Amino acid sequence: MSLIMPAFAAVILIYGLIKRVPVFDTFLEGAREGFLTLWQIAPTILGLLFAVSLLRTGGATEVLCRLLSPVAQAVGFPAEVVPMAMLRPVSGSGATALLLSVFRDCGPDSFAGRVASVLAGSSETTFFAVTMYFGSVGIRNVRHTLLAAIAADLTAMVLSAVTTRLFLG
Amino acid sequence: MLNFIWCFIVIFSVICSIFTGKADDLSKAFTDSTADAMTLLITLAGIIGLWSGLMKIAERSGLNALLAKLFAPLLHRLFPRLDREGAAFEAITMNISANLLGLGNTATPLGLRAMKELHALHGGEEASDEMVLFVVMNTASLQLMPTTLAALRQSSGSAAPFEILVPVWLSSAGALAVALTIAVTGNRLRERKRRRL
Repeated sequence: MSLIMPAFAAVILIYGLIKRVPVFDTFLEGAREGFLTLWQIAPTILGLLFAVSLLRTGGATEVLCRLLSPVAQAVGFPAEVVPMAMLRPVSGSGATALLLSVFRDCGPDSFAGRVASVLAGSSETTFFAVTMYFGSVGIRNVRHTLLAAIAADLTAMVLSAVTTRLFLG
Repeated sequence: MLNFIWCFIVIFSVICSIFTGKADDLSKAFTDSTADAMTLLITLAGIIGLWSGLMKIAERSGLNALLAKLFAPLLHRLFPRLDREGAAFEAITMNISANLLGLGNTATPLGLRAMKELHALHGGEEASDEMVLFVVMNTASLQLMPTTLAALRQSSGSAAPFEILVPVWLSSAGALAVALTIAVTGNRLRERKRRRL
């Protein structure tokens, strides 16, 4: 599995060379955009990491986990990932900040860290996408879009715990 | 939304710390957490910059258009009423393949164009069957190579940043299947009702 990232990078470069793309210039352009994106979400990350660290150091996480864990445990979902799961449909950068705080507290290779990763990779900022796409053409009645999208989010939540347990023990 | 959530987290934590007697730790977190956030951002900058650069090459070399061509037959089955040569269908295939490649910045403008073309075919203030399907597909995560996610894992010290790949695929596929089933069922129910009238 450790070869996936380098191999993917090599495929991109080879295909770029075949198609005669100015590879390094394009790389610089993309990297610049990447920095810009990160720069734009930096305040969100700062604000949310600060807030979540208050939750942890003030003892509020334990209180919340105790309240939420019976529900989460019923579906085999780690309580530490619940805040991220709740924020995910609303805010992408917020969910990224909470994902990072799960990594920091439990480690990226812990069960909670893996479930949080799988959930981050298999869900989207649902409400943002629905509002943006329909709003852009003035649609007011979205019919059953939200029902389908919320069902997808819940499915991703349950499946992230199930598949992590199945494949990564 | 975040206005409320953020205030709630901070205020709730401060109140909790008074009851749990951890007010000292909490006030220390004011400096520690912000310093941590900055360290993290700097670590992230490198790996995110790297993948953004690589994915830009993928985009420029036409990997996106290649994938769009591959997925056109499959997407035609989901959108049978759209003209295969039409602008709406083209924008949809390009948007979906940009999503598959994880090119968020490319996918969004293509998606907005697809909505505009779909709206031109249908009009009104009510979503058409195709719009529901298309937006639902965009609310499920379709990404084949979650490079940013792997980068986040790697910079947090993961021993195997891509080990989550198969679970991510299965979980996304499951979520997409549920979303599409509900979307298609909803469209069919509406069709049946219309025929009866």
